[in-house]
Amino acid sequence: MSAKGTTPTRQTAIRPATTALSVADHWDHFLARWGVNRSGHRVDPGLYALGDPAPESPVFVTANYTLSFDALRSALTDVDAYVLVLDTKGINVWCAAGKGTFGTDEMVHRVEETGLHNIVDHRELIVPQLGAPGVAAHEVKAQTGFRVIYGPVRAADLPEFLETGQATPEMRRVRFPLSDRLILIPVELVHVALPMVLSAAAVFFVAGLQGSAAVVAAVLAGAVLFPIVLPWLPTRDFSTKGFVLGAAVALPFAASVLMGTPDRAWWMRGGEALAYLLALPPVTAYLALNFTGSTTFTSRTGVRHEIFTYAPVMAWTFGTGIFLALALTLTQVLGAI
Amino acid sequence: MIQTAVLNTLAYEPDRCIGCGMCQDVCPHGVFLMDRHSSSTRKKIARLVRREACMECGACQLNCPTDAITVDSGVGCAAAMIRAALLGKEEPTCGVGADCGCSAEE
Repeated sequence: MSAKGTTPTRQTAIRPATTALSVADHWDHFLARWGVNRSGHRVDPGLYALGDPAPESPVFVTANYTLSFDALRSALTDVDAYVLVLDTKGINVWCAAGKGTFGTDEMVHRVEETGLHNIVDHRELIVPQLGAPGVAAHEVKAQTGFRVIYGPVRAADLPEFLETGQATPEMRRVRFPLSDRLILIPVELVHVALPMVLSAAAVFFVAGLQGSAAVVAAVLAGAVLFPIVLPWLPTRDFSTKGFVLGAAVALPFAASVLMGTPDRAWWMRGGEALAYLLALPPVTAYLALNFTGSTTFTSRTGVRHEIFTYAPVMAWTFGTGIFLALALTLTQVLGAI
Repeated sequence: MIQTAVLNTLAYEPDRCIGCGMCQDVCPHGVFLMDRHSSSTRKKIARLVRREACMECGACQLNCPTDAITVDSGVGCAAAMIRAALLGKEEPTCGVGADCGCSAEE
């Protein structure tokens, strides 16, 4: 094979990789899904060999996040290929592309550093489609001579893509099915766990065990239930969907206060029920709004619009509810004295 | 359709299109579709068929060799935008160093 282009003939070591995932790999994925050591799930950037690749074997490009690298290699069973791992600081392809670390410059750099020109005799890179927000294909071609071919969104579609030579429209579409939403829940849960426990403890002193339970219910509705039921909630915006779900959570608590303690003054019970109905739904709605970043379809313009529209509503209803609860507690304490 | 996903800044000038088809390939939401230029010619041209599905990822703009597409690209993430607003930062992005909850997709 001959050295083409202007690259030096030096080449770095090609590391072997397997297409089978080990128990250790699965354990690493589990930890990554639970947000443990978030930026530590990395593969060394560089060139890897799957099977026994020859100069005409395809080159796949991916990120140095273990979940990305492993999705790719485990989809390429019985394929002899090279894998070019870009340094994305342990971030997945799509997010890194949005930031530009999975990008033109890093791809050009990595092609030259590994001496890819001297290893393969073709000039094609198969890049995941979701890397496209960071990669200008015509720029990579101009700078390295390698043509970027965008492969399917999901690594699992690669065998069919390799067989037919093209990605079907369905392979090019990003969906957000239940399985993809479920897998996000652990990280959502980890994020809210500490604030939830602290708030529940604080509320305990004002509204007792039932108040703490209400906090936990509203937070879990936003972090766990919302991702699951997202497509089936009524209304058009994340915030209003969250308000609907939060109201459904608040209703039993309000009803329990109204019906549960008939010996107390009606305005006391009514006020407390109202406090639940005001304070809980915005908590769920806020978490629902925050879920926009984890979805596969929200635009920045749309999210900005939603923040400006609903953040004040959330702040006011929440503030009023908390104020009401505190005022009622104070009245009760003063009355007892 | 969710409102938050409908609003976007995508703009396309068909006059500049050379029919390479990259926008159709890179779009994760099928916003562009390659079509016959007109009944008299076999030349292809990109058509905006699902403008409302654009999530402003910016892939089409970056991969259009003739700058026929413009979009104010960015991350549609409320958590990042609220944090940026509170900390007085301009442009929220995902990834490095950010303590965001984003771990989706491979």
